[in-house]
Amino acid sequence: MTFFLEQLIIGLSSGGIYAIMALALVMIYKSTGHVNLAQGEMAVFSTFIAWTLVQMDVPIWPAILLTVAVSFVGAIVLERVVVRPFAKADDLVVVAVFVGLFLSIHSLAGAIWNYEVKPFPSAFSDGSISLMDDLSIRAHTLGSLLTTGAVLTAVWFFFRYTRLGLALRAAADNHESSRLVGINVSVMLALGWGLAAGIGAVAGVMIAPVTFLDPGMGLAPLIFALAGALLGGITSPFGAALGGLIVGVLEAMVSAYVPYGIEFRELIALMLILSVLLVRPAGLFGEIVTRRV
Amino acid sequence: MLKSTTALVLGLTLASGAMAATYDKGASDDEIKFGTIVPLSGPASAYGSTGTCIAAYFDMVNDKGGINGRKVSVSVQDDGYNPAKMLEQARRLVEREGVLFIAGNIGTPTNSAIHRYMNQRKVPHLFLTTGASKWDDPENYPWTMPYIPSYAAEGRIYAKYIKENMPDAKIGILYQNDDFGRDYMDAFIDQLGDESMVVSAVSYDTSAATVDSQMSTLKESGADVFFNVASPKFAAQAIRRAGEIGWDATQFLVSVSNAKSAVLEPAGLDHSTGIISTQYLKEPTNPAYAEDADVQAWQAFKAEYFPKASDGNWWDWSCYSTAYTIEHVLAQAGDELTRENLMKVASNLEGFEAPMLLPGITVNTAADDFAPIEAMSLMKFDGDNWALFGDVIAVD
Amino acid sequence: MTMESTDMTQALSAPRSRKVSLPFARLGYGAAALALLAATGVLEGYELFLASSILSYAIAAMGLNVLMGYNGQISLGHGAFFAIGAYAAAICIDRFAVPFALTPVIAGIVGMGAGWLIGKPALRLEGVYLALATFGLAIATPTVLRSDLFAEWTGGVQGLFLLINPAPEWAGLDLDQSIYLAVVGYFLLFAFLTLRLVRGLNGKAWIATRDNPIAARAMGFDVTRAKTRAFVFSVLACSVGGALQAVAVQFVAPDSFPFFLSISLFTAVVVGGLCSPLVGPLLGAVFIVMVPNVTEEIWQGGSWAVYGGVIIAIMAIQPRGLAGMLGWVKGKLTTHTNRKQQTGRNRPC
Repeated sequence: MTFFLEQLIIGLSSGGIYAIMALALVMIYKSTGHVNLAQGEMAVFSTFIAWTLVQMDVPIWPAILLTVAVSFVGAIVLERVVVRPFAKADDLVVVAVFVGLFLSIHSLAGAIWNYEVKPFPSAFSDGSISLMDDLSIRAHTLGSLLTTGAVLTAVWFFFRYTRLGLALRAAADNHESSRLVGINVSVMLALGWGLAAGIGAVAGVMIAPVTFLDPGMGLAPLIFALAGALLGGITSPFGAALGGLIVGVLEAMVSAYVPYGIEFRELIALMLILSVLLVRPAGLFGEIVTRRV
Repeated sequence: MLKSTTALVLGLTLASGAMAATYDKGASDDEIKFGTIVPLSGPASAYGSTGTCIAAYFDMVNDKGGINGRKVSVSVQDDGYNPAKMLEQARRLVEREGVLFIAGNIGTPTNSAIHRYMNQRKVPHLFLTTGASKWDDPENYPWTMPYIPSYAAEGRIYAKYIKENMPDAKIGILYQNDDFGRDYMDAFIDQLGDESMVVSAVSYDTSAATVDSQMSTLKESGADVFFNVASPKFAAQAIRRAGEIGWDATQFLVSVSNAKSAVLEPAGLDHSTGIISTQYLKEPTNPAYAEDADVQAWQAFKAEYFPKASDGNWWDWSCYSTAYTIEHVLAQAGDELTRENLMKVASNLEGFEAPMLLPGITVNTAADDFAPIEAMSLMKFDGDNWALFGDVIAVD
Repeated sequence: MTMESTDMTQALSAPRSRKVSLPFARLGYGAAALALLAATGVLEGYELFLASSILSYAIAAMGLNVLMGYNGQISLGHGAFFAIGAYAAAICIDRFAVPFALTPVIAGIVGMGAGWLIGKPALRLEGVYLALATFGLAIATPTVLRSDLFAEWTGGVQGLFLLINPAPEWAGLDLDQSIYLAVVGYFLLFAFLTLRLVRGLNGKAWIATRDNPIAARAMGFDVTRAKTRAFVFSVLACSVGGALQAVAVQFVAPDSFPFFLSISLFTAVVVGGLCSPLVGPLLGAVFIVMVPNVTEEIWQGGSWAVYGGVIIAIMAIQPRGLAGMLGWVKGKLTTHTNRKQQTGRNRPC
């Protein structure tokens, strides 16, 4: 039983991370209509900025806040300079641009901060909290789950109840009509990038204390976050976050209980998603998106 | 014995110096060209600094006047840790750029892809930074020679130690699911001779985020000895996790991942206390070697030619020993810079004291023995530093 | 909607306008094919190996271009099929001593089987969902190849060596030449097939399905079948390309098929030029093999940063990739008034 609970906690711990990452993906998808493959690498880059600040003796919380701000601005600049020229391009071309960004950002992080593994301090505490005999949970895990909840609430509230959130959604859904009702689509797109990068930065500083920081840190969470987002529905903040948690728990359980589970956990996650998508193409909680024609 | 060989080699060098110099492709009166292929992009980039290091080392050699009056030019190529790309790069170096030999490459799957090619072409494929046992096979592959001790040999050392000191051990193994992990584990179990001592062996894949789940499985198995066969990042995660979940097994850690600053410090020094590992090199961060001539020479080299290097990154300083040995072989080859002669010199090193090697460990090769370093020492982490214990152990 | 129908009529009327230049084009193709064959005698060793490698990627890219360019489905996971083809060829040679030139046939059959299994459910996914699901496939590939479960056949983490015998002695060909000739043979076969398919009824069905599935259905095209055919053809080409690549390298291991391979194939298609059936994939294959070597020279240790930048720059300059640039240059050289190629929607073809 303890073993099962321990696996559950491990699953929730990584699931919480996938969930924040998935929220960043939801943010960018809802506000631009694209899934940014470079989101994970951007999060890693942000985390390196936070690491640099911490090395300069900036306390962890101000460092995180500053990093989120820098990432927000950086992503807006990136959108303006690199992504904007492709606003009207074919989807395939946009994906190619994301691939280019993915490679560039990954490599830049490696060139600037090298590939050595770096410890990263937890924003909460490095200790553990004992739940019962032989079972404990990292304080960081609890903290990052709470953070996931907070980010989720904020994102949900933002899209649901703020004019800005509504405008962002409108801009992504239909450029032309949004323009007609007076929404500045160009500002909205940039804002979507900025917000997604800010959430990504939070995801990064939550991941790094668990996995250690190196340029390769973003790939595994990105894949499982994508899986989570597809599972829960990439248009639904709640669905994507829940999807992330489910994928995390599933990964831990498959690794622990299924023979060859460790080798096939990615494939199993993939098959699970495929089967859900076959029944519900928009994911568990997603809304069916009518295609722009 | 040692002296007479040196004298003999010296004599040969002098003798050949008197004759006209002979060259193969890639060598001339004023230049020696060789190549090294490492991952400089992609997921294995952490190991790529070996290539940068070797190139920097020969910058230093050239600044000091080169080798026997010849400048050495090193062509460092990127294979992205992809076997297909490795073959492309090796063929480019050999057939297009015309290098004399290739040395210092990283990786088992990548070097496997060129193993046959290099031997068919009869181009030296020297001092590989990979510990697969298959590289030491002079009969079938007389042109390929590794540098570092084989993973299998090291795995056997731990197995022997456990059999002697804790015969009732219940062992749990965490291993990386590739040739590196398998080589260690297979030799380890083979040496134990009793498979039932291993109560649990779980793998992880390098694409994983953490090994937390595996560590719980290992603890659950009731093991009281933990054999940690992981690359640095995952080794650190495993050590930290073992501490967190209160699994107080006796830990054995493979040498690739025993750097204090890159593994033990991230994992937590308190969690690392008591870990047993092996070493054949002098780790620059260990205060025991602060005054050591080799380490000081390395520090001087680093300061001037390789400022990006880090004391904690195994790949950044172990390569110094490799590069020095390459230089030694080239110097010994004198004016007979043929591929055949290079292999002759490389397979005739006796008691060669390469830098960074622990006292009592030397480079030894022979026509039927292509394993340069065949001795290691056990050590234990005392909470602050590694402390060697016992004698230097010869492996074969 | 009006725009759509112009697209459609353009697509449908395209073959007619091409008829005029057909004999000329045929001559060009013939000359190119002869040049490829003649290169066997001119190039040697490394160059032949490099050419074999590029052409095997080009075969894969030709198939993927049909799926992505003509049929508009995004795949980031075709490296998996490249791997299946490569392993099929390796196992054929390792276990059954099949002559190397025949292995792509078997690899193609195995690959199509796998493609059908995976494609059946995957093709129900649209746009970004398909892209992400296939991306997952790319990530899972090396892990699955390492598995103990198939190690007896695949060699597990060690991989497999391919012992390849050159052509019989009377042919007077060395190993590199024999492999190159086989690769060229398959390349020409796939070039022919691709051209036939995209210019025939299938091509029309693909383009119509891509641009407006509802209209395509109304026009009597079987949308599902069109998509499945494009997918199966792309898988076939990728597994044949993988088999030839394995033969050229004479070694396969899980590390030969990282997710970066899938990204590379994708890049080859888009950077090469969507909907340019032959020239695009060929240029794209040259790009993914040669450009990383150049960017490595430019910034050692940051080569992907430059490489990624180059990809973005090409997309910015010409969304139709290198083939589009080539067409533009050609248009400038010949004083022909270039037919307006782009409609407002920026469809690459």
